[in-house]
Amino acid sequence: MHDAEQERKRRQRMRSLAIAWILAALVVLFFIVTIVRLGGHVADRPL
Amino acid sequence: MADGALPVTRETFEADIGGDVADYVALMKPRVMFLVVFTALVGLVAAPGSMHPVLAIAALICIAVGAGAAGALNMWYDADIDARMARTAARPVPRGKISRLEARDFGAVLGAGSVICLGLMVNWLSAALLALTIAFYVFVYTMWLKRATPLNIVIGGAAGAVPPMIGWAAATDSISLQSFVLFLIIFVWTPPHFWALALLRTKDYAQAGVPMLPVVSGPDATRRQILIYSLILAPLGMVPAIIGLGGTLYSAIASVLSALFVVFAYDCYREREGDKADRAAKNLFGYSVLYLFLLFAALLVEQAFTIGGIALPLPWTS
Repeated sequence: MHDAEQERKRRQRMRSLAIAWILAALVVLFFIVTIVRLGGHVADRPL
Repeated sequence: MADGALPVTRETFEADIGGDVADYVALMKPRVMFLVVFTALVGLVAAPGSMHPVLAIAALICIAVGAGAAGALNMWYDADIDARMARTAARPVPRGKISRLEARDFGAVLGAGSVICLGLMVNWLSAALLALTIAFYVFVYTMWLKRATPLNIVIGGAAGAVPPMIGWAAATDSISLQSFVLFLIIFVWTPPHFWALALLRTKDYAQAGVPMLPVVSGPDATRRQILIYSLILAPLGMVPAIIGLGGTLYSAIASVLSALFVVFAYDCYREREGDKADRAAKNLFGYSVLYLFLLFAALLVEQAFTIGGIALPLPWTS
């Protein structure tokens, strides 16, 4: 029973880590895509 | 688990201690995902004009996740069937690694996320096609056709054939005859591919109550249909060369591959008894995967060496 609980916690931790990595990768992807879609003109805007 | 007499119902499946990350990956049917991404890549590369590499990668990620969502939703709904078939009994839901509801929610979140991200990052036409594909696969194929008619694979195969059109739409924001031809090739390829597998798994499908063609009409009728579809597929495989999608390399490879497909299909049609029949069906199934991969790889290679409509010099072109 104790082993099962440990294994359950280990799997939960691995799932949480995977979600964290995926979210981080999505942040990077959204940032890069935003820069690409804005293009070079973003620097020409009036201040 | 393969005993059809077991009282397996859709409510039976509860996860034991929660799935591992690998179980969630398996839920997305990674091998199917690979073929989906590959054919979408070919549609994307074969499309006229250019696309920023970052947006192309983003589009392919969204398409891959969308395909994974469809796979997860399929495993949610079909858990009862999967548990009764030797080929699918080890999937995460029937094995008790992931509960049915977890699989459903996982698929729904990934499906919605992939469509929204594709729409926001690339364009809404490709996102609409992706949404339509997932919906068709889940609602039309999985929930309706698969359990209702031996034509399940014929009509349901449309879902697996759309990815090149999604790739094309991502690159051009349009649908064209060329992308429709790529769709047609996969659409006609699907029945002989799956029926070859079904010939080997007829007992499994019968036990699970899935009306696949060999179960309903028998193996001989299935072999005849395989041959007919192969004879349609062979000339269809040459059409990309006629409409300008493929060149010399594609024509040469497609003609050899298509001829071989008919040879394997005829062998499967001819051998009807014992080990030889099983071997012929197995050979056709294996070759059909290789056929689609090499056919689209030929298009990809040829398109990769063509920049701005100008073909770069290749050893096989003058």
